[in-house]
Amino acid sequence: MPTLKTAALTGALGLSAVMPLAAHAEEIQLLNASYDPTRELYQDYNTLFSQWYEKQTGDSVTVEQSHGGSGGQSRSVIDGLPADVVTLALGYDIDAIADRTGKIPEDWQRAFPHHSAPYTSTIVFLVRKGNPKHIQDWDDLTKPGIEVITPNPKTSGGARWNFLAAWVAVLKRELGDLGKLDDPQYADDVASAQAAARQYVATLYQHVPVLDSGARGATNTFVQRGLGDVLLAWENEAFLATEELGEDQFDIVVPAVSILTEPPVAVVSGNIERKGDSAREAASAYLEHLYSPEAQKLIAANYYRPIAPQAADPEDIARFPDLELHTIDEIFGGWREAQATYFDDGGVFDTIYQP
Amino acid sequence: MNTTISIASRPAPRHPDAGSVPWVRYGLSALALAILGLFLILPLVAVLAEAFREGWQAYLDAITDRYTRHAMLLTLITALICVPLNTLFGIAAAWCIARFQFPGRSLLTTLIDLPFSVSPVIAGLVFILIFGSQGWFGGWFTTHGFPVIFALPGIVLATLFVTLPFVARELIPLMQAQGAEQEEASIMLGASAWRMFWTITLPRIKWGLLYGVILCNARAMGEFGAVSVVSGHIRGATNTLPLHVEILYNEYQFSAAFAVATLLAGLAIVTLVLKSIIEWRQQRQWENASP
Repeated sequence: MPTLKTAALTGALGLSAVMPLAAHAEEIQLLNASYDPTRELYQDYNTLFSQWYEKQTGDSVTVEQSHGGSGGQSRSVIDGLPADVVTLALGYDIDAIADRTGKIPEDWQRAFPHHSAPYTSTIVFLVRKGNPKHIQDWDDLTKPGIEVITPNPKTSGGARWNFLAAWVAVLKRELGDLGKLDDPQYADDVASAQAAARQYVATLYQHVPVLDSGARGATNTFVQRGLGDVLLAWENEAFLATEELGEDQFDIVVPAVSILTEPPVAVVSGNIERKGDSAREAASAYLEHLYSPEAQKLIAANYYRPIAPQAADPEDIARFPDLELHTIDEIFGGWREAQATYFDDGGVFDTIYQP
Repeated sequence: MNTTISIASRPAPRHPDAGSVPWVRYGLSALALAILGLFLILPLVAVLAEAFREGWQAYLDAITDRYTRHAMLLTLITALICVPLNTLFGIAAAWCIARFQFPGRSLLTTLIDLPFSVSPVIAGLVFILIFGSQGWFGGWFTTHGFPVIFALPGIVLATLFVTLPFVARELIPLMQAQGAEQEEASIMLGASAWRMFWTITLPRIKWGLLYGVILCNARAMGEFGAVSVVSGHIRGATNTLPLHVEILYNEYQFSAAFAVATLLAGLAIVTLVLKSIIEWRQQRQWENASP
């Protein structure tokens, strides 16, 4: 409200001509539909952005949040949730909105740097304090008596990353060098490694007692309800859980190999265009500003791996362990292909998962 | 036949009135109290203990937070729309079923019960199917600037659906038991239908009606499943109190979540007290009616 008052005041003093920005100050409301673990990150970022944007343009922006499993959020936007920007867990969930509604251009990944992923993360293990079940790496998860908590890949983005991280780890174990995947000379080795991965993941899901619909639900199952021996979690979620709920309760175990998760962002053009030009500019700026040094610093403080680590606090960066990370494009040929092969109806997950 | 004979030939129990055996009486009472304590009192105490764990100030902050206040407002608005509508519907439906014989009457009675037998989640999904932007009519509503799903109309629709049977279910047996004689008499004495309703029907059903309204209101304010599906979970916009509790819980704000939950628990207690008062009044009315 102060901007409006200022605007009125300057107008009354006849100064509007010299302060055109203040005179046009608008109040803009945006809705960010995001996935589960980003609640704390966007709470902080929305404050940072609103202050910065008001200084830049005089417009005051309020960003409302909606959180849930990434697949579920994507579905909601398709069904009409009036989100102006989506910040989801994986590219396919944004592709799905683009394909089914046309509200997002098909080449959305080129709109912002780094395939529109302003931060990355990975998949790690959260275990009970002292690691009583001696879980060190992926192979330990399928030992007898181990219960694994991971959400439902049909609705949760994190769950799909968990699934693929396990798959990558087995391919790496079987092949040694993942470069062989694209080498026709090793076609037989690759085929048997893929079969081993399928076998491993099928066994892994036999160790899962309950599939929550989103990553935060799974964390609460593990942390609050005390179910399971190990939680497959986003690295950021694992850090947050240990910080929020006491470092004396949980340990983070970092596997040797995992997947580089790239949660992307996009403007929902079909929804924002009804709100007018200044709202569209604000939505675009909202996502663009995620790449700014101060936002990257905030991102690292919230346990996400910034794509510009030089901007972040070195202490925050030091928390991130070194591990071998592979991207979805490199191993699975991108999200569209991975989604069709593994997670769509009749895909690999449906054939291996028996509750 | 064999069974009948064996029952008939069984020796009579030595204590025909088992209730007079002290240990049975006390044992059963203790069991009932223990179960009551375990399933009702303990959770209530737990909610209160969690809510105040970080002190009074934290409690007040939680329930006066901007988003909590908005959730309260939304919940009240929803109840204010749904309860009167379902009260009108309940009276009309009960009147129709208790006073008239017509083909399809039992079908109508069954249909009124439908919301009780359908999972609320399914109810929510049905509204998405009809009014979602990929749904049958959703496109039209959205392009005409009147979104239904992920907005107040969707929340109201879902709540209307799940609270539909409450008033009607209370009134149908009551009106059937009372019979239509007094109403018929008033019509024969020359009263208009409207006068008959206000002076004969309404006073006789008022306690049953209030009872239904209170249950309807409690459910309207507490509904989670159906509303969760159509809400979109937008903080400060489409978030009702029960959904807000879940959001706070998911954000590791446990004390705040339980603080907001005490508001719903308070509503439940008020409902219970009102319900017992009305039951007592109803009982008296029955006794006076049949001396």
